[in-house]
Amino acid sequence: MATLENKIPEGQLAQKWQHYKSHQKLVNPANKRKLDVIIVGSGLAGGAAAAALGELGFNVKCFAYQDSPRRAHSIAAQGGINAAKNYQNDGDSIFRLFYDTVKGGDYRAREANVYRLAEVSNSIIDQCVAQGVPFARDYGGLLDNRSFGGAQVSRTFYAKGQTGQQLLLGAYSALSRQIGKGTVKMYTRTEMMDIVVVDGKCRGIVSRDLVTGKLEAHFGHAVVIATGGYGNVFFLSTNAMGSNGSAAWKAYKKGAYFANPCYVQIHPTCIPVHGEFQSKLTLMSESLRNDGRIWAPKRKEDAEAIRAGKLKPEDIPDENRDFYLERRYPAFGNLVPRDVASRAAKERCDAGYGVESGEAVYLDFKYAIERLGRDVVEARYGNLFQMYEKITDQNPYQTPMMIYPAIHYTMGGIWVDYELQTTIPGLFAAGEANFSDHGANRLGASALMQGLADGYFVLPYTLQNYLADELHTPRMNVNEGEFAKTLGDVNSHIEKLMSIKGTKSVDYFHKKLGKVMWDKVGMARNAQGLKEAIEEIAQIRKEFWADVRIPGEANEMNPELEKANRVADFLELGELMARDALVREESCGGHFREEHQTEEGEAKRDDVNFAYVGAWEYKGDNATPELHKEALVFEECKLVQRNYK
Amino acid sequence: MITSRCGIIKYTIMSEKQSLNLTLKVWRQKGPKDKGQFETYNVSNISPDSSFLEMMDVLNEQLISEGKEPIAFDHDCREGICGMCSLFINGHAHGPDEDITTCQLHMRKFNTGDTITIEPWRSAGFPVIKDLIVDRRAFDKIMAAGGFVSVNTGGVPDGNAIPIPKDDADEAMDAASCIGCGACVASCKNGSAMLFVSAKVSQLALLPQGRVEAARRAKNMVAKMDELGFGNCTNTAACEAQCPKNVSIANIARLNREFLCATLKD
Repeated sequence: MATLENKIPEGQLAQKWQHYKSHQKLVNPANKRKLDVIIVGSGLAGGAAAAALGELGFNVKCFAYQDSPRRAHSIAAQGGINAAKNYQNDGDSIFRLFYDTVKGGDYRAREANVYRLAEVSNSIIDQCVAQGVPFARDYGGLLDNRSFGGAQVSRTFYAKGQTGQQLLLGAYSALSRQIGKGTVKMYTRTEMMDIVVVDGKCRGIVSRDLVTGKLEAHFGHAVVIATGGYGNVFFLSTNAMGSNGSAAWKAYKKGAYFANPCYVQIHPTCIPVHGEFQSKLTLMSESLRNDGRIWAPKRKEDAEAIRAGKLKPEDIPDENRDFYLERRYPAFGNLVPRDVASRAAKERCDAGYGVESGEAVYLDFKYAIERLGRDVVEARYGNLFQMYEKITDQNPYQTPMMIYPAIHYTMGGIWVDYELQTTIPGLFAAGEANFSDHGANRLGASALMQGLADGYFVLPYTLQNYLADELHTPRMNVNEGEFAKTLGDVNSHIEKLMSIKGTKSVDYFHKKLGKVMWDKVGMARNAQGLKEAIEEIAQIRKEFWADVRIPGEANEMNPELEKANRVADFLELGELMARDALVREESCGGHFREEHQTEEGEAKRDDVNFAYVGAWEYKGDNATPELHKEALVFEECKLVQRNYK
Repeated sequence: MITSRCGIIKYTIMSEKQSLNLTLKVWRQKGPKDKGQFETYNVSNISPDSSFLEMMDVLNEQLISEGKEPIAFDHDCREGICGMCSLFINGHAHGPDEDITTCQLHMRKFNTGDTITIEPWRSAGFPVIKDLIVDRRAFDKIMAAGGFVSVNTGGVPDGNAIPIPKDDADEAMDAASCIGCGACVASCKNGSAMLFVSAKVSQLALLPQGRVEAARRAKNMVAKMDELGFGNCTNTAACEAQCPKNVSIANIARLNREFLCATLKD
């Protein structure tokens, strides 16, 4: 059994990372090219890591299921990236960014990791500027900032409403440069099917070519999983259609612990669901909360009239509008953290004040247009407004936007130590795929920061520390031993799926799972519902393996088979999420247990019993997984109930 | 007043616009070597608020339930930014709406009874893999030939060390908004990739960081583009008209200037 040794370096919090870097092992330039690194995923974490490791001279193989590394879902992040530059002279510092992140995460993150994240945040901005990322600038030519939820300073750097795109294209261009030089070999339309473990160490992966269906084993002295989050377990989410949890799940089933699976972020400002054939949800950037005011009708009869199509929101006078965030949280107002804003919207809608289908509230720019003029609003948010109008056929300059919370990000993920190494030596996890930096709730503009921090500035050091001891491990023959065995196992798994030849499509099961997850493992959870969810998911899983229909063949391009592989894993992962949520008898961040709330309906944490990372160990298909606890020790942050009032 | 009038119009349209029944002529091709042909399908009860790809999902569910193979098409983020979706609809890259990708096209743009023709990108540079999916790896190869600033990770100056005029930064941003979908190539009668290449060359040439190797970049990217079989630009501006991100052909002019200067220096 692996142990949960988090390997936090000695010394004062602010000196730990320096201390680590000063004492770690290095690999000399001539030896680097003898060492192979496999990186699964090409988003901000994976793409940045592949580029940075290629630059150092390691021999890198990078895998993506899309047709190009530039398509990874990091590209969809809109609002911005945080850094502690303090260019605004508004009191920001590394310590404050660290503190805000720990507090925003509801004190469920590891202090040392978060401090390192804040520490390298400034280098990320410098790096991206050097790559030619066109960040927004002021007339003096210097970088501009905006504010995001959970912070009282302006520390968010942005490139219009397309920050994720620009940062990813920056990483992609750095990666392209290495591909051109031959240090990185890129495998597109290729999906990781399993990892290969030899004598307790991760030594490679088995992949499937999504064009030909061919399975192939690859050797690596180390493997990095940077495949993003598992939000699509809910079927409807802001994730891309292909985003999946399979790489992380396969690692879990080979012995990597899975940490805090129940921590899911529900983003408060998404376009509401419109109908049963909806395939995904679209996010409206958090940056809109800088200038938009969120409200619901104050009077139930107004909400009813709007739902019946008899009243329009712009005809409701101000005194009959309930700006519920400003009312409940005067200090932070519309800029409270995401979990708080989401629950407040749900509270209003559950109480009968929702509009449209009953599951929507307003995000109104009338006041911003009055205050700043339409031109300024258009310059700031024009592309987001256009996107909204294309989807809903409504003009947000004239009528308020409708929004509702949706699944957006998963804070949980593969357990990693300070070096981003999992409980399987040689297997690392980066970006959203790991659990490490955001605790129970991620602050806006911190996902981009973490992905790039892990990829550009953490893994190149920690991976090297591991690889220094692997110099004498020869490259292994991938046609024999564990490689051949794992490839055979993957092949059997696919054959088993193809041979079911049932009557229902993959999506049928995915939607069914998603509904259970949303209703019972979603924004508000209780013991009864979670127990039911565990039973129901097991039932859907049984039905899936008896009745799924996958047309076509395994040895060709087969998108239904790709989906089936991913949904088979979601059907197991969903159960673990429910189990984790059931055990965590407290409310913290995105995890809200109805049994644990204050009289005012705020989340009630239990630091005495639950200030730990819950890391689950796989024990076999028919056995209950085992929970291991990594105690969270807070030396710098004082644990207090979060207060945004 | 305008506000409320628009509001009334909208509500009327929404309540009156009924679900759609459509005939779809879809390109089916088993693999790169198959000849391929159009197949005709019918779908009914499509919500006008659905996206085009959600309509395709409905069709695929229908095909699966009939025991047939669903139609393979590329898609991923479904919010207009990843550049994966790539359908040629009724003769237009990304279909009959402006400044959008296929995934952002909504069924309210169609009427019940319409026949819709759906094809893959057609260009020598983008061979068909299956049905509506094409191989766009040529774009990655062009990027690897020079679409970057040659800086390694770490050891770079402070982000504010080099002030950049706001107008330059904004113009670079406009060029950088290219999503690499390939609509420009698919819309061009010459199958030219000039808009794609010029967007990257412009973005980096406009910024001091990228200026240093601007000449080398322009030459290498153009050479790779030519090598991969993309055609030449004859200024029809079809690419700009179909670009979902409004990337301007002014970028092509800048690329030509950069390329010319680079060649003259040799």
